[in-house]
Parts: sequence; C-alpha cells; structure tokens
Amino acid sequence: MLKLAVLSLLNGISVAALYFIVASGFTVTFGLMRTINLAYGSLFLIGGYVGYQVGDLTRNWYLAMIAGSAIAGLSGAVLQWGVLDRLRGQDMRQALVTIGLSIVAADVLLAVFGGLTYQFTPPDWMQATVSLGVFGGYPAFRLLLIALSLFIGVFIWAGLTCTRVGLAIRAGVDDREMLSAIGVNPSRLFVIVATCGSALAGLAGVIGGTALSISPGEDSRYLLASLVVTIVGGMGSIAGAAVGALLVGLLEQVGLLYFPNYSIVAVYLVMVGVLALRPQGLVRGTA
Amino acid sequence: MTICASHFGNRPMTWAMLAAGMTLMAHDAVAQSGDTIRIGTMFVTEGALASLGQEANRGLEIALAEFDGTIAGKKIVVFKEGTNATPDLAVQKARKLIEQDKVDVIVGPLSGGEGLAVKEYAKTVPSKTFVNGAAASQDTTMRDPAPNLFSFRVDGAQMTAGLGKYVYDEKKYRNVAIVAEDYAYPYTQVAGFVSEFCGRGGKIADRYWVPLGTKDYSSVIARIPSDVDAVYVVVGGADAVNFLSQYYQTGGKAPLIGGSITVDSDVLNSKGPFRSKIIGILSSSNSADESEAPEWQAFAKTYRARFPDGLPAPSSLAAAYYISMKAMLLGLQAARGDVSGNQDVLKEALRTLKFDTPTGPISLDQNRQAIADNFLMEVTSRPDGSLYNKVVKVVPQVNATLNMPREPYIAMGAPSRTNPPCRQVGKVL
Repeated sequence: MLKLAVLSLLNGISVAALYFIVASGFTVTFGLMRTINLAYGSLFLIGGYVGYQVGDLTRNWYLAMIAGSAIAGLSGAVLQWGVLDRLRGQDMRQALVTIGLSIVAADVLLAVFGGLTYQFTPPDWMQATVSLGVFGGYPAFRLLLIALSLFIGVFIWAGLTCTRVGLAIRAGVDDREMLSAIGVNPSRLFVIVATCGSALAGLAGVIGGTALSISPGEDSRYLLASLVVTIVGGMGSIAGAAVGALLVGLLEQVGLLYFPNYSIVAVYLVMVGVLALRPQGLVRGTA
Repeated sequence: MTICASHFGNRPMTWAMLAAGMTLMAHDAVAQSGDTIRIGTMFVTEGALASLGQEANRGLEIALAEFDGTIAGKKIVVFKEGTNATPDLAVQKARKLIEQDKVDVIVGPLSGGEGLAVKEYAKTVPSKTFVNGAAASQDTTMRDPAPNLFSFRVDGAQMTAGLGKYVYDEKKYRNVAIVAEDYAYPYTQVAGFVSEFCGRGGKIADRYWVPLGTKDYSSVIARIPSDVDAVYVVVGGADAVNFLSQYYQTGGKAPLIGGSITVDSDVLNSKGPFRSKIIGILSSSNSADESEAPEWQAFAKTYRARFPDGLPAPSSLAAAYYISMKAMLLGLQAARGDVSGNQDVLKEALRTLKFDTPTGPISLDQNRQAIADNFLMEVTSRPDGSLYNKVVKVVPQVNATLNMPREPYIAMGAPSRTNPPCRQVGKVL
C-alpha cells in the first residue's frame, strides 16, 4: 500500500507540474495585467496541434516544442495587441470577445485537425522507465516534467522580481499612467507579457500532448484547470500557482484512487472553500 | 438534398448562423409544404467522443447518398445537431429539432447516457418516430422502453457477446480486473462481459470506475492487483489513448481485453507511440474493420471513395449511423413517405424491417431492439504498419439478452457499477 501511496503522490505531482506550466502563463496575464483571456485554452490547443505537425514533419520533438510555443506566443501577442489592449479595463467585453474567439478557434481546429487524438513521440531517452527501487518503475518523462515546471517557476519568479522588465511589469499593473510618464510604453510591455504567457500555454500543449494527449475539448479543460489553480492559489502569484496546481493535481489523483466517482467534485469543493474563506487565494499576489 | 447543418452546435455563433439559415429554410418549407420529409439527426461533436461523432456523420452521409435525396417523390431535408455526449444537451437538441426545425423523425443520439435521456423525451412526443443512432446503453430499449423508439443498433452488452466465453475457454483467463468509464455504456458492456464470463465460472478481481474524460490513469493502473490474468478495459477515444499508453509506460503486465470502443479504428488510427504496444489486444464489437463480408467490403469502398480524409476503414460508429439512417430511410420508403398523423405506417414498417447490413442481417425484437451478428477481433498490424482489428470469430444473431433466457436476464436489473454481480445468469443456453 505504501507503494501505491508513493506512486499516486508522484502522479499527483506530475499532473500538478503540467497544470502549473499552463496556469503560470495564465496567472501572469490574468493576475498581473488584469486582462481576462478566456481564449487561453485555445492557445494551449493551437500550440499542441501545430507542434505536433512540426514534430511529425521533422521527427524532432524539440522543434515541436519550440514551434508550439512560438505559434501560441505569436497568437497571444496578436490577440493582446489587436483585441485585448483596446478593451483595457472592460472585463466583460474582454471575457465575451475571448470566449467567442475560443469557440471559433475550437471549430477551426476541429475542421483542420479532425477529432482524432494526437500523442507526441518524445526522444527515446525520455520514454525510458526510471527504476525507483522498491516502488517499481516510473516514466522518465514525468520526472522531467516535474523538473521542467520547477525550472519555469523559478525562471518566472526571478524574471519578475530581479529584472528591470519584471519591475516595469509590476509597476505597470499598479499604475499604468505613472509608468508611461517615466518613459515606458505599457501597451508594448503588456504585449511582451502576453507573448510570454501564451508561449507557456503552447509549450504546455506540447508537453501535455506528450505526457498525456491532445484532442478536441482539451482547450476548455485546461482553461478550467488554469482558472481553478489561479483562483485557489491567488491571482498573479507564481508561488500561488504552484500551491494551487499541487493541490488540484494531488486531489485529482488521490481522489481517483480512493473515491473515483467524486474526484472531480473534490477539486471544486476546494475552490468553493477557498473562495468562501480566503477569496484572495492561498498566496497573496505580488501586484 | 438540402442540408441545413449546424455541425458544431450549442454555440452562440452557430445559433446566429442557424437563425439566418432557418429563415431561408422556412421559406423553403412554405413553398413545398407536404412535399418534404424532415429528418433530424444528432451526434457528438465536442469532448472526448468527438472523433466518434465525425465517423457517425460520415456513416449517415453514405446512407443519405444511397437515396438520392428523395423518398416516394418527397424531398428529404436533413437537420444536423452537434452534442457533447451529455444527456441534458441531447434532450435540448432533440427538443430543438422537433419544436423549432419541425422535423418528422429523429435519428440519434450517439452516446449511451444520451440514449436514455432521449428515450424519456421520445415518450413525450409519441407521434414522432425515433431511430436510435448509436446509443448502446441497455435500457434504451430493454426496460421501460419508449414505443416510438426503434434501435437498429445493438446495445453495449450485445457487443460483448461471445467475448466472456472466448477468454474463459480459449485464453484460459480465470481472474479478470475491470477498468471502465463511469457511465451507462460501459456499465452495459461490463454487464454483458460479466454475465458471460462469470457464467462460465470466471472471477472478477475488482471493478474500477473512472470519470469520463480522465487524462491520467496511472493511479488506477497502480491499483490493479498484480495477480490478475487480464484486464477488461472499457474506455473510448482520447481516454483510451491515454489509458493504453500509460498502462504500458507504467509497466502493466497483464494482457488487456478491449471494450468495443477501446481499440476501435478511432483509437487504432490515433497518432502516438502507444500504437506499437497494443497489437494482440482482443476485443468485441458489432462491426469489424476488415470483415470479409461483401456488404462490408462494398460499404468500406464507398466510405474510402467518399471520405479520402477518413480512416483506412469505417469504424463501428460509421457503420452504426449508416445502419440507423438507412433503417429510417428504408422505413420511410416502405411507408411511401407517409409521416402524417401518428406515423403509424412508418412505425409498423420499422417494426417489421429486416435488412442486410454491412455487419450482417439485422431485425428487431419485441422491444424494438436489434438482433445482429457480433464479432470477436484481435488488433493486428498491416504490412504498412497501420493497425486494424482482425476477425477471430463471428457470433451470429445475438439478441438483447445475449441469447440467455430472457426473463432472468431482464430480472437482473439495469446495469450499474455493481450490477450484475459475478454469478451465473439463469442457465446459459
């Protein structure tokens, strides 16, 4: 039974790592810039599908990862520059426009890529099984996933706290006018943030498509996961996203193990609980 | 043939387009009132079963093409609705088809849970005629049926006919664990498998029910006891791809037995490294990719010609919607296109309809449920590396109670997470 507990703990953490990568991009755009981008899930799917095509053509998983991030980042930048920036501060309009766009995107993707399921083929060494002694084997890719999410987390946190760009972003969130007064163009800055956030979504599309798979409907699934993770963890906080992702991932896996029929409900119960008792989220945002 | 399609329904934009389309349609209907037969159809276009819906659409298109758009001099108008496999949306779409599009008959829905919900809805519009699309939950017709619902689609239990016996007698499996999705269709498949397998004397180690759309099965896989002879897996579409790859990634050893959608051609044609691992999985279904039957060969040929972007061979869902739509069209033809009043002529025609389908002859029993052949198959690799299901055995003319005594079989009650228990049903014929 200990073996089972350890395995499900690892599973929970690796799912959490995936959620964290998706949600970190979301929390940066949603939490820091206060732009509501409900087409975020579509960026995930676009990254995944385009990444797959590139990976299939070139037989190179790394190129797939780069292409997936790039196309999602680009789409995100266009979205921010062309649509969201013009609707700054109008939450409802941003929400409606992006929901509309996500619906269009979902249908276009279904038309282009069909309803079949895609799964990436990673390099051989990633497909290996790592021996965990008495606990049996564990897929190497999942361990890599955990490492990658840690790296991304530290990277974003350092970027926001220690660099001038990070400083400007945080300043722009607090007082946009003052920031432009000291010579920074907030619109351009926010496009950069949106690009990075969206690229993370695309990256997650490729990673998620390798660890699990991608198929129609994944867009809303990951958007929902990002929303829950961000709300539970606290908007705009990388540490919060990590805590939220861990909580959701572990709850999902442990739930699947011990009360499979109610594991989905459990996640939302936690969200309701957090909203009732600590509406700002478990970790206070930096902005 | 006019096709007023809202392929990917339940979305504001589609609604707007549909409204525009409806205006045109209304025009059309006024001009030719009485000269048209309006057929509504629905299938899943969103979520984990979306790829099945794509196949369903291909199947029904082939059936429609055979009739060239007219029946008994009346023009056929088809209204398509997309669902997401949830019962409530299925009922919403059925109601929309009947009330707004004023369809005369409905062919659908696709998924088991939807079937049960649409059955209840069908009872509220007794004058209309419903032909089940591919919903394979047992109680679509077995218990408390709707008199105006006809199912030329076998249910999930019928699709397992022969499998339990085969793995017991030929593969010598005695102790099997079950992993299945938590809704009506897998309940029904498991019920069929359990009643046969346990009827021979087999034991079920445990049944694990996972939510539809689960992405990560590794914790469930870790729970499967290591001493089982095999695992019977009933998950479909993207979920199957995830389960199968994770099962082998985490070092699953016991051989797998597939449900009818676990290793169907949707899954076999999905892209990913899991494909190399699944050769040899045994499964059962109401259709076989590479059946030798001339009717199937002809159907597959039409399918490939019409849908070059489709699968290498039509899936069981394409066959199911082809058969369901064709049954409806044959019924309408026998009724000389009469859909007036209570549609009694049409209903009688459907009740007595018997025709040769790509999967063998199909007729209906007293509950208007299909009696059809069943296929046991094994995943096999073609020379070009693609995968297909090779027929191992054909079980002829399986009825709703798997040819076991009807009364005790029905008395077992509706399939659920725990029902039927693992024991012999009445006496196996």
